[in-house]
Amino acid sequence: MTEDRSVSHKSREAEARAQYLTFHLGEEEYGIEILRVQEIKRYPAVTPIPNSPPHIKGVMNLRGSVVPILDLRTRFGLPAVEHTRFTVIIVVTVGTKVVGLVVDSVSDVLAFTASQIEPPPQLAMGTKDSFLTGMAKHDERLISLLAIDAVAEREEPVAVEEAA
Amino acid sequence: MKIDLARFRETFFEEAAEHVATLEQGLLGLERPDADPDLLNSIFRAAHSIKGGSGTFGLEQVASFSHVLENVLDRMREGTVQPTRARIDLLLRSTDVLKGLLVSARSGEAAPAELEQVLADLQREQASGADPAAASAAGGEGASEHAAPPQATNAPQLRRIHFRPASDVLLSGLDPILVLRDLASLGEIREVTCDTSRLPSLTALDPEVCHLAWTVVLSSDACEAAIRDVFAFVEDGADIQVSVAAGASAAASTARGPAVNERATPKPTADATAPAAGPAFRRRASDVEASSSIRVSIDKVDRLVNLVGELVIAHSMVADVVSHFTLDKLDRLQAAVSLMGRNTREMQERVMGVRMMPIGSLFGRFPRMVRELSGALGKDIQPEMSGEETELDKAVVERIGDPLTHLVRNAVDHGIDDVETRRAHGKPEQGVIRLAACTQGGSVIIEVADDGRGLDKERIHRKAVERGLARADEVLTDEQLYALILQPAFSTADKVTDLSGRGVGLDVVKRNVEALNGSISITTTPGRGTSFRIKLPLTLAILDGQVLLVGEELFVLPLVSIVESLRPKRAHVKQVFGDGEVVMVRGDTLPLIRAHRLLGVPTEVIDPCEGLTVIVEHEGRRVALLVDDLRGQQQVVIKGLDVNYRRVEGVLGATVMGDGRVAFILDVAGLIRMTDPDAVEARRALAHARAETSYAPAAAAA
Amino acid sequence: MARTALIVDDSISMRQMVAFTLKEAGFSVIEGENGQDALTRADGQKIDLVITDLNMPVMDGITLIRELRGKPAFKFTPILMLTTESQDTKKQAGKSAGASGWIVKPFDPGKLLAVIGKVLP
Repeated sequence: MTEDRSVSHKSREAEARAQYLTFHLGEEEYGIEILRVQEIKRYPAVTPIPNSPPHIKGVMNLRGSVVPILDLRTRFGLPAVEHTRFTVIIVVTVGTKVVGLVVDSVSDVLAFTASQIEPPPQLAMGTKDSFLTGMAKHDERLISLLAIDAVAEREEPVAVEEAA
Repeated sequence: MKIDLARFRETFFEEAAEHVATLEQGLLGLERPDADPDLLNSIFRAAHSIKGGSGTFGLEQVASFSHVLENVLDRMREGTVQPTRARIDLLLRSTDVLKGLLVSARSGEAAPAELEQVLADLQREQASGADPAAASAAGGEGASEHAAPPQATNAPQLRRIHFRPASDVLLSGLDPILVLRDLASLGEIREVTCDTSRLPSLTALDPEVCHLAWTVVLSSDACEAAIRDVFAFVEDGADIQVSVAAGASAAASTARGPAVNERATPKPTADATAPAAGPAFRRRASDVEASSSIRVSIDKVDRLVNLVGELVIAHSMVADVVSHFTLDKLDRLQAAVSLMGRNTREMQERVMGVRMMPIGSLFGRFPRMVRELSGALGKDIQPEMSGEETELDKAVVERIGDPLTHLVRNAVDHGIDDVETRRAHGKPEQGVIRLAACTQGGSVIIEVADDGRGLDKERIHRKAVERGLARADEVLTDEQLYALILQPAFSTADKVTDLSGRGVGLDVVKRNVEALNGSISITTTPGRGTSFRIKLPLTLAILDGQVLLVGEELFVLPLVSIVESLRPKRAHVKQVFGDGEVVMVRGDTLPLIRAHRLLGVPTEVIDPCEGLTVIVEHEGRRVALLVDDLRGQQQVVIKGLDVNYRRVEGVLGATVMGDGRVAFILDVAGLIRMTDPDAVEARRALAHARAETSYAPAAAAA
Repeated sequence: MARTALIVDDSISMRQMVAFTLKEAGFSVIEGENGQDALTRADGQKIDLVITDLNMPVMDGITLIRELRGKPAFKFTPILMLTTESQDTKKQAGKSAGASGWIVKPFDPGKLLAVIGKVLP
């Protein structure tokens, strides 16, 4: 009896805990729902796409599929850095599409309960606010949880507007 | 009438290549205990066809060699000699020589070095046990044509020719009148009398029976053999007499012809005319290589023709409704348009079907390969094939050849053990490699399976850990584990054999398959065997492309859009309206488009006189596209960019090149659109933004 | 109206050459890959001349000639066999099956037309 209850209790708790893959962009730490992550790859040969927005690095060949590579630093307005041996591509699914994200390094897989996640702060950064679903605390680390669909999908011509 | 058959030479060579393949496959098949009794016939037919065709094109070396080969095969077919291993070895070598002779005839290269040796061996084989006289006679025939042509006597002679055809001559589709006309072509007919004595009364007349006979007096300089030749088709059952007419021309008045009643011996009709070889049949070697044709069965073409017919009808229905259109005819219009739509779609499918060819053309190379490789390794392996008729796009068939070859080599090399080991494991000494193809929905499945030792999971895991592909404590599913051997530079063979070069491994197989939008999976049972399953799409969007270089990037330009490529003279490049540029090409003034600018690719080649300009055309508009350099031409598989990204202006799609990198296929219409001033401005802004954000020490702060 | 010839050969190059030559000479042409194929294609057509190879898969030329001669429509149609055999046996077999005559390979267009002239006005 007691055992049963503890099992069901545990599984309920597990349901409420969502797992996130966390990664670094410089000092900042971000998280992506692990269910959206297809695989992690070393930085591949990338072919630049003509006349694409700056955060689109180009496309790579992923087992015969042509997959766009999105540079999260550029996307978030962080300074570009040289690639290191830790630089990787996180391949994620966005709807029916597959997209590769360039990040400085991956760090952990962490689980958060709903209570550990706070709503995203109003940063007065315009469109970039919608890139986050929330913030999670883990020990002393503050992890920004990404709204990956918004990051990858929304193709607002930020760069062009800014430059114009 | 001058009719030049040289244009069919190329078809002959293609066909001959198929016959050679049939020969080779058939010979290998003969070794099997369950060989089809008809196999020898088809082998024989293949050699025979090559002989016939090569003679027509004046390829004498091919003709005489295939003739000897045919004779040896004929003796096998008759059962005079048995297809022993040694004999098959010789015949296989002959097949190689024949292949070489065909290549040499096609390209003008030297004849294969083994020709003399193999020909000597074949002739010995042909002569052994056979009637030597017959053998030598047969050997001579293919090379030198028939004996001396009929002699012509100089002075015309008067001859009396009596001709009573067989009464059933009409039932052979022959008309005696034509024989008389033919006779007239040899000279001048002085007199013709028709013997109607046997003609029955009209009521008793059977119109299918010939009752007539003729006597002709002919003045001709042709010899008697030539005259008798005219009757070659009708001589059966006929009464034909040729005699020198009494009191004829002065010169021949006293001479009488030879035995008048003697039945003419049949003569080949070939003699009188010139041999088929002539300058018209020779082609320059350079003409040969450009050919890249598809052979389409008549059935497919017929169905297409029918469809076009239906399309024309559907169109006229639409035109009819539209020309007197009132709203109440909307239903009819819709019906007609939908019919047209159906026809168009079916047409599209069928046209794609024209590109389809059976995979058997590819499988054919494997039995020989397996035979030779396994022989060298002391293994006994029987190839088995099924589904050869499965059709695939021509480009896919061409590009899947190397991956399959690799898998087969791999199976011979690593999959199947040698005879002793197999015996020790209680397996049959003869191993089996199975190649199978079938269609499944919209895909084609090709399987390469062996009944060898199977993959060793432990060893794969150990190796994967060594190579850093997996952790030692990692628990992998079978599927994940087997997938590891498709990773670059993964090899499970304990020692490197000379057969499968380890440099290119299964990762190349995987990459090639994926470049064709396919996938590969592995199943294996320890001790029982391994199977590689390749899944390929039935049809592919394929494009003939010109690969070109801009900066460090490769692009592909559809060949159909290209008019020509040239390097303009400096005087032919002009500035207009400030930053506009034009190139003068033979009187035309074409806008110069700098590909590097349009595509935002940095390059050092910015002088049109240093790079190359490719003249491209779309809807009658021509522009000169400046690129750094041209690379080869190749067929590429088009992959849509919008599958994972979105459409990009000026880009038709992407493709995976041989090295695994992605290259973009350019869209000429889009490129031309991109030269509009508004588009140019937007791009400039984008380039600016890009420069701001790309890596630079002094990049803007966040 | 153009006369129609039925050309039967499993060798495409050979078939094309004969077809081309005949088309140049004003014939319209129906092609068959083997005897069986030819019978199907000839069905219901008005054919003025048949030229057939002898050695073919599925149905050989001799059988085709016999089959054709059995049809009322082909009772008087000239049928020529294409042969490389200089031996009489093949020719005789063809003749007794009902062939009108033969064309010996290799041939050139002139020779082909000359032989056709022997059987067609």
